[in-house]
Amino acid sequence: MSEPLNTLESDRAPVIEPGHTFASVTEKISAIVLTRPASNGWFAGFGIAFMLTMMMLYAVGYLFLKGIGIWGDTIPIGWGFAIINFVWWIGIGHAGTLISAILLLLRQSWRNSINRFAEAMTLFAVACAGLFPAIHVGRPWLAYWLFPYPNTMRVWPQFRSPLMWDVFAVSTYATISALFWFIGLIPDLATLRDRAEHTTTKIIYGILSLGWRGSARHWHRYETAYLLLAGLATPLVLSVHTVVSFDFAIGIVPGWHTTIFPPYFVAGAIYSGFAMVLMLAIPIRKIYGLEDFITERHLQNSAKVMLATGLIVAYGYGIEAFMGWYSGDRYDAFTIWNRLHGRYAIPYYMLLLCNIFIPQVLWIRKLRKSPLALFLVSFVVLVGMWLERFIIIVVSLSRDFLTSSWGMYYPTRWDWMTYIGTLGFFLACMFLFCRLLPMISIFEMRTLLPEAEVKE
Amino acid sequence: MKRDPIYGLMAEFDSPTALVEAARKTHAAGYKKIDAYSPFPVEELAEAIGFHHDEVPLVVLIGGIVGGVSGYLMQWWISAVDYPLNIGGKPYNSWPAFIVITFEMTILFAGISAVLGMLALNGLPMPYHPVFNVPRFALASKDRFFLIVFSSDKKYDPAGTRQFFETLAPRSISEVPS
Repeated sequence: MSEPLNTLESDRAPVIEPGHTFASVTEKISAIVLTRPASNGWFAGFGIAFMLTMMMLYAVGYLFLKGIGIWGDTIPIGWGFAIINFVWWIGIGHAGTLISAILLLLRQSWRNSINRFAEAMTLFAVACAGLFPAIHVGRPWLAYWLFPYPNTMRVWPQFRSPLMWDVFAVSTYATISALFWFIGLIPDLATLRDRAEHTTTKIIYGILSLGWRGSARHWHRYETAYLLLAGLATPLVLSVHTVVSFDFAIGIVPGWHTTIFPPYFVAGAIYSGFAMVLMLAIPIRKIYGLEDFITERHLQNSAKVMLATGLIVAYGYGIEAFMGWYSGDRYDAFTIWNRLHGRYAIPYYMLLLCNIFIPQVLWIRKLRKSPLALFLVSFVVLVGMWLERFIIIVVSLSRDFLTSSWGMYYPTRWDWMTYIGTLGFFLACMFLFCRLLPMISIFEMRTLLPEAEVKE
Repeated sequence: MKRDPIYGLMAEFDSPTALVEAARKTHAAGYKKIDAYSPFPVEELAEAIGFHHDEVPLVVLIGGIVGGVSGYLMQWWISAVDYPLNIGGKPYNSWPAFIVITFEMTILFAGISAVLGMLALNGLPMPYHPVFNVPRFALASKDRFFLIVFSSDKKYDPAGTRQFFETLAPRSISEVPS
C-alpha cells in the first residue's frame, strides 16, 4: 500500500530522484542560501538586471517630470504599452498561483518543487504589472484616488466601472499571493534559522520565521489555513484575468466587446505564465544543480500545460474570427479583416506563428524532454503573448467606428525603456530571491520522500 | 507565582512512524498535556496527541462573510446613498456591477483571516520558547521528531516520566529548562 510515489509510476520520470533523505534534501536546498558563495555569474546577472532597473527608474522619473506625452500614447490609441505590459505581466503571474493553489487542491505532488519560485515569480510579476496602470493615470502621485477613502472632496470612485473592479482584483491578488508565499515560507525560514551559522543571519531568519517550532497543533492549523487559502486563491486567480478582460469586454470597441474574452484571457495568462516558469526553472536547475528536485517530469508536465492552454488560446482566436463573420456586425468583421490585411498584419501573423504554430512542436516527446527546446519554445510563447495584447489593444483602437478618428501607434524609446526596465526589475528580484530564501519548499519536499509516510 | 524551573521532558525519535506510535502510547498512558514536533506536517500526529478542535475554518468563514457583506454595503452606500450618480440611466443600486468587488472583498478578508487566524491561534509570533533551550531541538526543523510531556501535566513526575519514555525506545531524552 505504502509504495513510494516514484516507484508507483515507474514509467515516468520521478518527481524527486531516489536516494534522498530528510537531511540531504534540507542540506541541499538550504546550502544554496546559507553556505554557497555568490558566483561571478550571479554578480554579473544581478548587475545587468540592476542596471536595467535603474533604466526603468530613470524612464519613470522622466515621465513624472514631463507627463505621459513622452510615450507613444495618443488619441485614438490612449492605452498603448502601459496596458499591453500590464496585461502581459499580470498574466505571467497567474502560473504561480495555479501551481501553488490549483495543483495543491488537485493533489499534484510534483508541484512541490516548483511552487516556491513560481509564487515568487507571481509576486514580482504582479509588482511589475501594478507599476503600469499607476504611472499611466497621468498624475501618478494621485493614484491613491483609485481607492475608496473618505476625502474632503466628497467624491467616491465609480463602482460600475470595470477599471475599479480591476483595482480591487489586482490588489486582492497581490495581497493574497504575498500571504500565501509568506506562510509557505515560515517552516523553511525556521529551518534556515536553526541551520544558520552567523548570529545576524540567525536573528533575521528567526524574526521572519515568527518562532515556528513545528508543533503538531501548529502544523494542523497551518495545513488547514494553507488548504483554505489555496481554495480561496483558486477562484481568485481565475477571477483576476477575467476582470482584466472585462476592461476590454465591457467596452464597445470592435474586437473587444465579446464574451469569449474571460476564458481566453485566463488560458492565455496560464500559457504565458508556464512559459516564464520554464524559462526560469531551466537555467536555475542547471546552475544550482537541482536536477534531482526539478526533474524531467516537471519540465514535461509544464510543457503539457502549455500545450493545452495554447490550444484554448488558439480556439479563442478561432472564435474571434468566426464571430467577426457570424455576428453580422460590420465593425467586428472589419476588425478581423484589418488584423489580416491592415497595417498591423505582420505582428498578427507573428502572433499566430508564436502562439499557435511553433508551440505545436511540443507534441513531440523528444522535444518535451529537451530543456533547450523547451526554453526556446517558452521564449517564443512569451513573445507571442505580448504580441497578442499588442494586437488586441492597438489594432482595435487604431481603427474604430469613425474613419475620422483613425490613427497609428508608434511607441517611443521611453515606452521601450520602461518595458525592458521592468524585465530587469523582475530578474533582479529573482536573483535576490535565489540567494536569500530557499527557492524550493524544503518541508514540502520532505513530505515527498518515502520515509515521510507513517507506517501503521 | 513561581515558575517551575523545568518546562517538561523531551524525547527524540528518528522517524514519523516512531513519533506517532510514541505519541499514541503517551496519550494512552494518561499524559494529556503533551506536544509533538516534526519537520513537516504529519497527518496522524495531531490526533495522536489528542488535538481535535481546529478553529481556523470558522475564523475564515467569519472573515469571508464580513468581507462580502461589507464589500457590497460599501458599494451600495457610496453609489446609492452618499454619492448617487446617474450613469446612463442605470439604477443607483446596480447589483450586477457590484458582484466583482463583493467577490474580491470576500476572498481578501477570508484570506487575511486564514493567515492571521492561524498565527493567532498558534500563538505566533513567539520568538522565545523553552523548547529551544534543548540544543538537539535544532534538528526538529531538519530530520528529527520530538515528543514532550509538559511539567504542568498532572501525571508528570521527573523520574516516572523518564522511565516511561525509556520504554518508548527514543534516540535521546532531555529535560527542558523553562
